[in-house]
Amino acid sequence: MPLLQYEAPTSLAQARQALAGRSDAKILAGGTDLLVQMRLGLRDPALVVDIKHVPELMEITLGEQGLRLGAAVPGAVVTDHPEIGQLYPGFVEALGLIGSSQIQGRCSAGGNLCNASPAADCVPALIANRATCNIMGPDGERTVAVEAFNTGPASNCLAADEILVSIDLPRPGPRSSDAYLRFIPRTEMDIAVAGAAVALSLDEAGVCIDARVAIGAVAPTALLVPAAADALIGGTLDEDSLNRASAAASEAAAPITDKRGTVEYRKKVVGVLVRRAAGVAKARIEATS
Amino acid sequence: MSNPKKIHVSTTVNGEPCEFLCEPGQVLSNALRNNLDMTGTKEGCSTGDCGACSVMLDGALVCSCLVLAAEAEGRTIETVEGVADGNALHPIQQKLLEHAALQCGICTPGIVVAAKSLLERHPDPSEEEVRYYLAGNLCRCTGYDKIIRAVLDAGTVMRGE
Repeated sequence: MPLLQYEAPTSLAQARQALAGRSDAKILAGGTDLLVQMRLGLRDPALVVDIKHVPELMEITLGEQGLRLGAAVPGAVVTDHPEIGQLYPGFVEALGLIGSSQIQGRCSAGGNLCNASPAADCVPALIANRATCNIMGPDGERTVAVEAFNTGPASNCLAADEILVSIDLPRPGPRSSDAYLRFIPRTEMDIAVAGAAVALSLDEAGVCIDARVAIGAVAPTALLVPAAADALIGGTLDEDSLNRASAAASEAAAPITDKRGTVEYRKKVVGVLVRRAAGVAKARIEATS
Repeated sequence: MSNPKKIHVSTTVNGEPCEFLCEPGQVLSNALRNNLDMTGTKEGCSTGDCGACSVMLDGALVCSCLVLAAEAEGRTIETVEGVADGNALHPIQQKLLEHAALQCGICTPGIVVAAKSLLERHPDPSEEEVRYYLAGNLCRCTGYDKIIRAVLDAGTVMRGE
């Protein structure tokens, strides 16, 4: 690959300095998208900035506020973590679905987000969990909700000199859980035809008091579907609520027809996935309370 | 295009400290094979799909075709060359032979490294777990069944059963 320069800063300040004024630079986290694109000749940066030596990008802090996950923390580190999967099982499942065991050793939630594939598995799960992005730029920090981060296929809201530093997932309340389901024709190593993430909170009587529904691979970016959440809130995940949530997700989906599926098929399947993911999240709450 | 400046890398491969000079755009699989003459690691697809280039990087299983050689600075790499103990094959290597779980052999180094990573983390995996864990190691000769049986069999040896 005709790369001219490699930098490995050890602080955010150094990383910002390396990127300052450069429109020909790319940030390297796990490289499972960037290096593939470079090897295929799809990208040709003059400078690669490896940010894995910046402590903030590799941070895992789990506290009363929730999880702060450094943008470059590898998938395998998250899936092996003893507590993250208990709080956000759907998010951890979604992250763990990305690629092979080898890819898990390098891929990251932050990279999955920045790569901005419409089919990125962990993005709907982050949105369902009300995750926010901590972004560092020349003028300081800003925070963006995950659902507003990506602006289209392969494009995101970062300026050339900005860095996605970490992702915050608020701590779920009591009797809360999440789930992510995707449809792929195989059982492993494939890209979602459609995906759905649901996060739920139930009260003591089993009534849904909070919900977030997000769908993937059915629009230029992953979508938050408030109408699907509204259909679930106030009910007991009964047939009527699930039907309305499923219909709302199918309605919100704006997919394309490609080799992985047609518009009609994807709209139908994403509704089915929302219904099933809601069922999984509910079962998880019931199993632990 | 101007000539990129070479990067000096100090790293540890299979327990031995070593140094090499690489291009900024050179990947680790290439550096292992061409700078360090360790040709056990194969490169198949160059895009992280086939797993032939599997190595351990600071204890994590990775595709070395998707790691820049410069990233190896200060880190620990384990390759297939470090798996056997002198002339004594590792149980995974021995069982791959006994089960005739290879034909052309290009995927085998990656299978050995990945299977060792699995059995060291999960000493007693189910067949399904082995199949999922090795889903990123493509083999076009065996149909996988012999590989899976060899890895399960190696697990019994490693557990001392």
